[in-house]
Amino acid sequence: MAADATVLSGSLSAPSVPKELERAPLVRNHRPIGWISDRICAINEGPTPAWWWVAFVISVGMMSTCFGMIAYQISTGVGVWGNCHPVMWGWPIINFVWWIGIGHAGTLISAILFLLRQKWRTAVNRAAEAMTIFAVMCAGIYPVIHVGRVWFAWWLFPIPNANGIWPQFRSPLMWDVFAVSTYFTVSLLFWYMGLIPDLAVLRDRAKTKIKQFAYGLFSLGWTGSNRHWSNYEKAYLILAGLSTPLVLSVHSIVSLDFAVSQLPGWHTTIFPPYFVAGAIFSGFGMVLTLLIPIRKICGLEDIITIRHVDLMCKVTLATGSIVGYAYGMEVFIAWYSGSPYEQFAFYNRAFGPYWWGYWTMIGCNVVIPQLFWFRKIRENLLVVFVISILVNVGMWFERFEIVVTSLHRDFLPSNWAVYKPTLIDVMTYLGTFGLFFTFFLLFMRFLPVIAISEVKGVTPQADPHHPLGGARHGGHHG
Amino acid sequence: MSAIFPKWTNRLPLLMLAGLILIGTGVTAGVWYYFTPKYARVGYQPVQPVAFSHAIHVDQLGMDCRYCHSAVEKSWFSNLPASGTCMNCHSQVLKDDPRLALVRQSAATGKPIPWVQIHRTPDYVYFNHSVHVNRGISCVHCHGQINVMDEVYHAKPLSMAFCLECHRDPAAFIRPPDKVTDLTWQWSADPRQNAELQRANGQKFVHDWKVESLQHCSACHR
Repeated sequence: MAADATVLSGSLSAPSVPKELERAPLVRNHRPIGWISDRICAINEGPTPAWWWVAFVISVGMMSTCFGMIAYQISTGVGVWGNCHPVMWGWPIINFVWWIGIGHAGTLISAILFLLRQKWRTAVNRAAEAMTIFAVMCAGIYPVIHVGRVWFAWWLFPIPNANGIWPQFRSPLMWDVFAVSTYFTVSLLFWYMGLIPDLAVLRDRAKTKIKQFAYGLFSLGWTGSNRHWSNYEKAYLILAGLSTPLVLSVHSIVSLDFAVSQLPGWHTTIFPPYFVAGAIFSGFGMVLTLLIPIRKICGLEDIITIRHVDLMCKVTLATGSIVGYAYGMEVFIAWYSGSPYEQFAFYNRAFGPYWWGYWTMIGCNVVIPQLFWFRKIRENLLVVFVISILVNVGMWFERFEIVVTSLHRDFLPSNWAVYKPTLIDVMTYLGTFGLFFTFFLLFMRFLPVIAISEVKGVTPQADPHHPLGGARHGGHHG
Repeated sequence: MSAIFPKWTNRLPLLMLAGLILIGTGVTAGVWYYFTPKYARVGYQPVQPVAFSHAIHVDQLGMDCRYCHSAVEKSWFSNLPASGTCMNCHSQVLKDDPRLALVRQSAATGKPIPWVQIHRTPDYVYFNHSVHVNRGISCVHCHGQINVMDEVYHAKPLSMAFCLECHRDPAAFIRPPDKVTDLTWQWSADPRQNAELQRANGQKFVHDWKVESLQHCSACHR
């Protein structure tokens, strides 16, 4: 009986967590709820900082270059690119896959981590979703201009027309059109819906008529009533559910653009999961690249903490290792298949004229992320920042290797050639960075970079049973 | 809130939706009607340098298409007659008529009459007259009732959908080869019986002549 009594008395108070298992709080320094609103809104409300103008002018300049290059390409023809027989898919398709892959981290953070109740997502999801949308915009440019005659790009959609024909529904390129357009639409809706309560915060804090009007217009009359929140939570859950399959489907379908063809190096069943892992890997790389400077510049160190960075590094390590496994498996299967063409494709990748691309890819994607096994590395923001950039360098070279090496030496040696991009290719690619950063800077300046209401929801104060939480003053809890 | 937006703005989403549906329907209908070859090409009737009437020559006088367009059975191109062909008759008929001055001049100098082309296939389309004519596709299917036109106009859309309508089901159009240039010919005056005979005979012709329903891209875009 005495033993029972000890058990009983022990169960009344929660056992204290051992020191080494204690988790760092998601918002550091016990910041109160009001401080969170003030700090995040301050980025939108304060005077425009000088660094912003500098970055914005550079970005707009690069974006204009991009548009100039596109105008030149449209008015002259696809011959301005390096795409030429036998490599008809050059930089435009490489860059399309690269940008669309980057988007995937945003969707993973906003949808899958939401369904898995990963509370740390709240500090990074807004910026990551914005990154997704802008990356998909950059990606979307390439297939459209790659069709050559952009004024016929609407033929990609199944619209009844005077030609009496439909698009080829058996082509993965067609599936791509639906995958990417669905992805963009759902991501935009999800992002915007999450913004509504925060836009209402900015509206209520706004001092000028124009700001009140603009934020008021886009917050759709949000009052924060119980019914609004109830509808909001339901809609958020539905959109998270809709976005979750997209994380897996979009890049699977992009991979089918390659895998459905009969080309050695492309025609492999491992492509869909391998592309999805690569996409999430590159996306987390980009999220880290963006958020490490942002948390510093905007003074958000207490909201985007070392713990957030640490967790994202772990995801990068996991997905990077999956990608490394896929590289290994590709080579193994090439050997195991006994197909001389398959074997040659991979031998040529590693030791052919583009060997440097292959080994850059291996170095950046497989070797360097292994440093994230070490806590010291994960907590050194400068090192994490550099590695996060290398991740995307590596992922770009992965797409380069896939697209170029499989095409440039196919079955018929008389067809072989070496592919080189032109200056137009390079300038268009750099220009899309301008497009991306122009939109991202506008987002930083005019919209809340962090989901204010969601971060508040994961603070201890939001828990009514927490000593600091609940409506203690004047509420019905008394 | 109320300070920012007046109350009527609550109706704004509904109004916008209604407006969007109206504009969307209008744009769709407008594009559907005005932006297809059915509108853009049908009815094109340029003024020709010589007021040649197909109605007089074919309908009244009973000339065959192939008297002038003599290469249509042998060539991908259906030729326009040289002025000499006209002069076969017009050296005696209406030989001093001022309306034929240009024809006489052309025949004398060898400089062709600058006819304005009406039916034009784009350069990315391969069209062969002979293969169609020799397999029972009548002139009337693409050119309309030229036999009753005083001045020729573009009667059919000649869009890709128009070509495919026949290529997908040749049996619905194919006719006996000797009736190809008889633009008013029908199986029967009774429309129902005509359709039945067309179906039965069309299927027989398609089978007997091994007519292929060519629908792959490079059938026409070579």
